[in-house]
Amino acid sequence: MSTPLLEIAGVSKRFGANLANDDISLTLAKGEIVALLGENGAGKTTLMSILFGHYVPDAGTVSVDGAVLPPGKPRAAIRAGIGMVHQHFALAPNLTVLENIMTGTEPLWSLSARKGQARAKLAALSARFGLKVDPHARLGDLSVGEQQRVEILKALYNDARILVLDEPTAVLTRAEAEHLFATLKDMARQGLSLIFISHKLDEVMATADRIVVLRGGRKVAERRAAETSKAELAELMVGRTVVRPVREPATPGPVVLEAVGVTLRQSGVDRLKAVDFRLRAGEVLGIIGVSGNGQAELARLLCGTARPTSGDLLLFGKPVGEPGVAGLVEAGIGRVPEDRNKEGAIGDMAVWENAVLERLPRFSRHGLVARKAGMAFAQDIIARFDVRGGGPSTRIRLLSGGNMQKLILGRNLIDRPQILIAAQPARGLDEGAVAAVHERILEARRAGTAVLLISEDLEEVMALADRIQAITGGRLSPPIAAEAADTRTLGLMISGEWTAAKETAHAL
Amino acid sequence: MRFERRDHRPLALVIATSVLAVIAALALSGILIALAGAPVLEAYRRILIGAFGSRLSTTETLTRTAPLMLTGLAAAVAFRARLWNIGAEGQLYLGAITVAAASSHLLGGLPSAVQIPLLLLLGAMAGMVLLLVPLWLRLRFQVDEVVTTLILNFVALLFVSMLIDTVLKDPTAFGWPQSQSVADAAMLPKLLARSRLHIGILVAAALAILIHLVQSRTVFGLQSRAAGLNPAGAVFAGVPLGATLVKVACLSGGLAGLAGAIEVMGVKGYVTTDLSPGYGYSGIVVAMLAGLNPLGVVLAALFSAIMFVGADGMSRALRIPSYIADVTVALSLLTMLVALFFTQYRIRR
Repeated sequence: MSTPLLEIAGVSKRFGANLANDDISLTLAKGEIVALLGENGAGKTTLMSILFGHYVPDAGTVSVDGAVLPPGKPRAAIRAGIGMVHQHFALAPNLTVLENIMTGTEPLWSLSARKGQARAKLAALSARFGLKVDPHARLGDLSVGEQQRVEILKALYNDARILVLDEPTAVLTRAEAEHLFATLKDMARQGLSLIFISHKLDEVMATADRIVVLRGGRKVAERRAAETSKAELAELMVGRTVVRPVREPATPGPVVLEAVGVTLRQSGVDRLKAVDFRLRAGEVLGIIGVSGNGQAELARLLCGTARPTSGDLLLFGKPVGEPGVAGLVEAGIGRVPEDRNKEGAIGDMAVWENAVLERLPRFSRHGLVARKAGMAFAQDIIARFDVRGGGPSTRIRLLSGGNMQKLILGRNLIDRPQILIAAQPARGLDEGAVAAVHERILEARRAGTAVLLISEDLEEVMALADRIQAITGGRLSPPIAAEAADTRTLGLMISGEWTAAKETAHAL
Repeated sequence: MRFERRDHRPLALVIATSVLAVIAALALSGILIALAGAPVLEAYRRILIGAFGSRLSTTETLTRTAPLMLTGLAAAVAFRARLWNIGAEGQLYLGAITVAAASSHLLGGLPSAVQIPLLLLLGAMAGMVLLLVPLWLRLRFQVDEVVTTLILNFVALLFVSMLIDTVLKDPTAFGWPQSQSVADAAMLPKLLARSRLHIGILVAAALAILIHLVQSRTVFGLQSRAAGLNPAGAVFAGVPLGATLVKVACLSGGLAGLAGAIEVMGVKGYVTTDLSPGYGYSGIVVAMLAGLNPLGVVLAALFSAIMFVGADGMSRALRIPSYIADVTVALSLLTMLVALFFTQYRIRR
């Protein structure tokens, strides 16, 4: 075998007491796609940051074409043909696509002079790899998927031969993700080499030639995609067999939350159009759909941060007036927001403050915060919901995503709410944390809580929900029983084909 | 070498690094003093003498501390909630002119015990109003309050300038543009006889403690901090964002207005356009120097006052421009920011 295009040899990196990378070696051949698989915190991003020269490794080397790269020099990495597509794009929203692609590579004073040349090069790249994008559009006006295309084009514009993608699908819709992987395969066929970081087994199996599994900073396995299975990879990644829990049959109770012809109009657009659903005690109602179809608005409505324009919301059979957040929390509604960093937590506040913020009437007297009671409440959540990584007075941003989510679930579930609104509760979590979150949701269901699960993950909805409704373009399909749902039916429902649902609807 | 974020910030560490930051700032400005050809240690000795060397200088330093504490608190409470009130200077002037107008035209006949609290309240309210306008613009039209509050400083100052040249002009001031004086009953009691030192500094210190308690113990304190750190998260948790910011603005603008009222009622008795040597802007520096901590504001205000009063004395003795005080205060702000970084991170090799 000839020398590999890229070779990472014996790389180690220590952060404080934490060994983020422990003697990791890895090769990449021309035209190959390697997936770097591992849970959050397994060391994937650290390894790629070393590859790209952001971090200086404690030991080990990175070489391209047999030549060792100087450590800690991103420019050298770029010159050697390494291109990085960041998870959080490193682009300027106020510049045009073309300007974004040119910045950092062209000397400032000759920007205008070389624009024509750059545009031609960009057009050629776009055509060659099928990455369509308008070079004069303002970046901030583009969708997330298009912005990612710009990041990829920027790397290619710098003559990248090795493209590194950090969790490229984390921000994409399903359709966008599929399109992306088709593009990546095409790039490999044209001779580019790719490394992509992921913790999603499906996409790794479908796309990569070779899979390198990291766990706890170590390389635990390397497999050819053709010679492994999702089950094996899952076990390698987590280090033990993780089984996602599945709901057991149960008889639901009375209707606790009902929407009748609810419409939500925002800045002149109907985000929700005459939506109907009924949620019963002790059941999980799954709302499935591709994000951007009204889920966020539905969640906001049920979480008390938006009000319906028309139609009725009935809570325990009575119309909801204008309860707002405080009223809903008071009424025993637990709320898990879609974006835990943006809405679910205030990063620089302590865990205990985050635990009591939405229930201040309970944890205050005469306008004074009951600090002791709040600390005890947080300690209770930490103990009962297995929140690791800090105590009540730790700033919550120091917790991992999974532990933060456990705390958010915990502050809602600890009081046995009658209703739980859970929007994308497992998004971005690793396999172990997903199982824990699902287990908690099913536990609540067993205890009689009515759960409204808003999700775009088919597997999640099929495992947890008793009944499923699809959301498309702000409309909600009639429900179908989970037993009648398979991937194909749900896929059709998501795309707006509701005949299957209508047939069974009368029974529900 | 690399940095790691700390879980907790031990109080002793915060205090130690703050002291180190001030020492570092003094050492850095020492280089400039040496360049100006003066003995550095002697210069600092002169600053201390200038600030505390006599009864007169001590009372003068403390008199200067009071308005700095109030404008420092005004900035600190607003910045905590990410309300960028750059308009304390204007709010101060509006508070000052309101007090002068009210006492000379309306309330002058009232006894001190009634008139003083009433005037302080009016001064504070004037400051509030001047901050509520830009806040309304922000909440209604998303207008950046940095710009509006800053610009309103000039509007307020010109407005005051117009008043003291026209309707509120003191006819006995030989044509100088100065306002009519407040009634004698409106003057704040002195802390020390035969000095300018008045009870304003006690009022300011008491407010600092009160605000500290409000921020650390009350629902409003928690909510305003949440609103500042993450507005979307605060709204999701049911914090009434608009109402919280209105309260913060009332507190912040009120403190700045109070600074103006106290300065008029404590020191001069009337308003001129040089009433404040930039107390409103220095308040921002004081607040940052204090890490937005209300109790820290007390010390930071005292430090700034020492530097400004002391530098005058040093300048006379050693013939170095007194601008060195500005340099030192600015440098200490920079060193304090570095120090804050070290209280949040630890070094790992």
